[in-house]
Amino acid sequence: MISDFLKRATNSTNNGRLTVQQIVIICVLSLAVLLSPLYVSNYRLNLIIAILTSAYFAQCWNLMSGYTGQFSFGHAAFYGLGAYTSSILFVDLGINPWIGLVLGMIVAGLVAAGIGYLSFHYNLKGDYFALATMAFCEILRVLFKNTKALHASSGVSIPYSKSIALMQFGSKQGFLYAAFVMLAAITFALYKIRRTKMGLYFVAIRENEDAARALGINAFKYKMIALIASAMLSAIGGSFYAQYYLYIDPTIAFSNTVSVSAITPCIIGGAGTVFGPIIGAMILEPISEITNAALSNYIGMNMVVYGLILVIVIMVMPKGVIGLTKELVNKYDKKKAEE
Amino acid sequence: MNAFFQASIDGILMGGVYALAALGISLIFGVMRITNFAHGALITVGMYVTFELCILIGITPYIALPIVMIIMFIIGFLIQKIFLNPLMGVAGYNQLLLTQGLAIVIENLILVIFSANYKSVTIPGFDSAISLGALTINKPKLVAFIFVAAISIGIYILLEKTDLGRAIRATSVQPEGATLMGIEVPKINQIAFGLGIICAGVAGALLTPTQYIYPTSGNSYSLKCFVIAVFGGLGNIWGAIVAGLIIGVVESFSSLYMGGSWSELVVYLIFIMTLIIKPTGLLGKKG
Repeated sequence: MISDFLKRATNSTNNGRLTVQQIVIICVLSLAVLLSPLYVSNYRLNLIIAILTSAYFAQCWNLMSGYTGQFSFGHAAFYGLGAYTSSILFVDLGINPWIGLVLGMIVAGLVAAGIGYLSFHYNLKGDYFALATMAFCEILRVLFKNTKALHASSGVSIPYSKSIALMQFGSKQGFLYAAFVMLAAITFALYKIRRTKMGLYFVAIRENEDAARALGINAFKYKMIALIASAMLSAIGGSFYAQYYLYIDPTIAFSNTVSVSAITPCIIGGAGTVFGPIIGAMILEPISEITNAALSNYIGMNMVVYGLILVIVIMVMPKGVIGLTKELVNKYDKKKAEE
Repeated sequence: MNAFFQASIDGILMGGVYALAALGISLIFGVMRITNFAHGALITVGMYVTFELCILIGITPYIALPIVMIIMFIIGFLIQKIFLNPLMGVAGYNQLLLTQGLAIVIENLILVIFSANYKSVTIPGFDSAISLGALTINKPKLVAFIFVAAISIGIYILLEKTDLGRAIRATSVQPEGATLMGIEVPKINQIAFGLGIICAGVAGALLTPTQYIYPTSGNSYSLKCFVIAVFGGLGNIWGAIVAGLIIGVVESFSSLYMGGSWSELVVYLIFIMTLIIKPTGLLGKKG
């Protein structure tokens, strides 16, 4: 019974459609989030918002690294550009953050196009590409840290307001619903893309780029599309972050920690799957929160746990929770068939 | 003109330490094709081990060096044995992510154990500088450079002239072939990782007299070491050393003429250029 349910819940070959079990899970979880202000304290809403935003950012990474196989280690670059563009334009020039958000997407998209052109045109792959993205992110950090016009290392503080017109959603609930919409939209988009020709090209490039090229797929073009789309979506996440926490500086925005935070939920849930990043965030964020509270006397202990989770997941279930579940169910079925 | 020569001296001396740390990255990549993201964290471990030895036994970092090397070798040997050997031959980015995970664990364990307080080591008689006319040479940096040279030569001899070195080189060229020749590849991998981590640890130890020790103090060297290892050609030991010296001098000159905070930028731009123009590096084979 349970194995049957899990099998259908992790099924990804149902002619491209969701199974009934998957739809039930999605509805239950969505309702749980949407109704959470009714049964969860205002303080605890932070955790749910953290799960949603972390899953959102991981989905952005999933698009280019999980689907298309171009492993980015510097996604903080795009996140930071989004956060900075909307914040600086608002604080210094009084431009509405909603417009800033769109401009931030454009800036991140342009920078991604530059990075992508240099990397893909010169055929950087694997670890070399990962190191290049990391270096580009560091370059941005140094630039922002040393440029007075960009507030240098003192960062940007955004004035608090309660107006949706200024992209601040009044209350925790407002931010919760905004984060939910963002996550739902990107997840739906990834689910749809997976079923299009372009989605198939992405996966073909990930699995075997040379073979994909031999079949006439313009790998350069599709890698560029994945990177630029992923960067623009990450920028939205960055703007959202800035509006929520009301402060950013170069070491927060362009840090390695942020880049890693895009990767970890995806790896834990299962990279290249539609729901992996959500499952990963649902596991990771509560554990972080619990260890943070329980071990608050030992500063750093929560990050030790975070790192250990990453290490253990890679060693025990390199295909994430979804991959492991599938494997276990298959094994169980085989055993049953033998009996 | 003095500033020019001074910057050259400082750059070469600093570049030596970079070179040693990068040599570790290059060695590990050369043998196992692992990009070790935990290298920076292990440089920090080297610093703390040195600091503790200095405090507990009351010796100087230079006398502590052999003990640091043994401890770092054991740490590297065990990391490869426990975490990386099971992943050898697994495709994709698992090794890279694993070392990133280990880096997070190591860095924060240090924070838990030693707190975020800055620590420093002073060596009596080594806090002054040697003056050569208008130029000054920082004593700990000069000593560090001499140690770097000695250890690099030691590793070169080990790799080129001993049976163990031949086994390591065979493994780096073709693990399957090496296995057929009766080489225990997993053990060789452990030794190679241990050697790479010795380089990180010694670099950390040699930095202790000239910089503060805190849980993330090795991190700033992490990406720089990748830059050097790639610039010299990943897997190429002489490349790492030459590139280390070049990057040291470039950094020193760019901070002289452009200001310290921009020197990082120059280093990363060199990196991007290398990746684009010749990803196999300065002394690497044709791309």
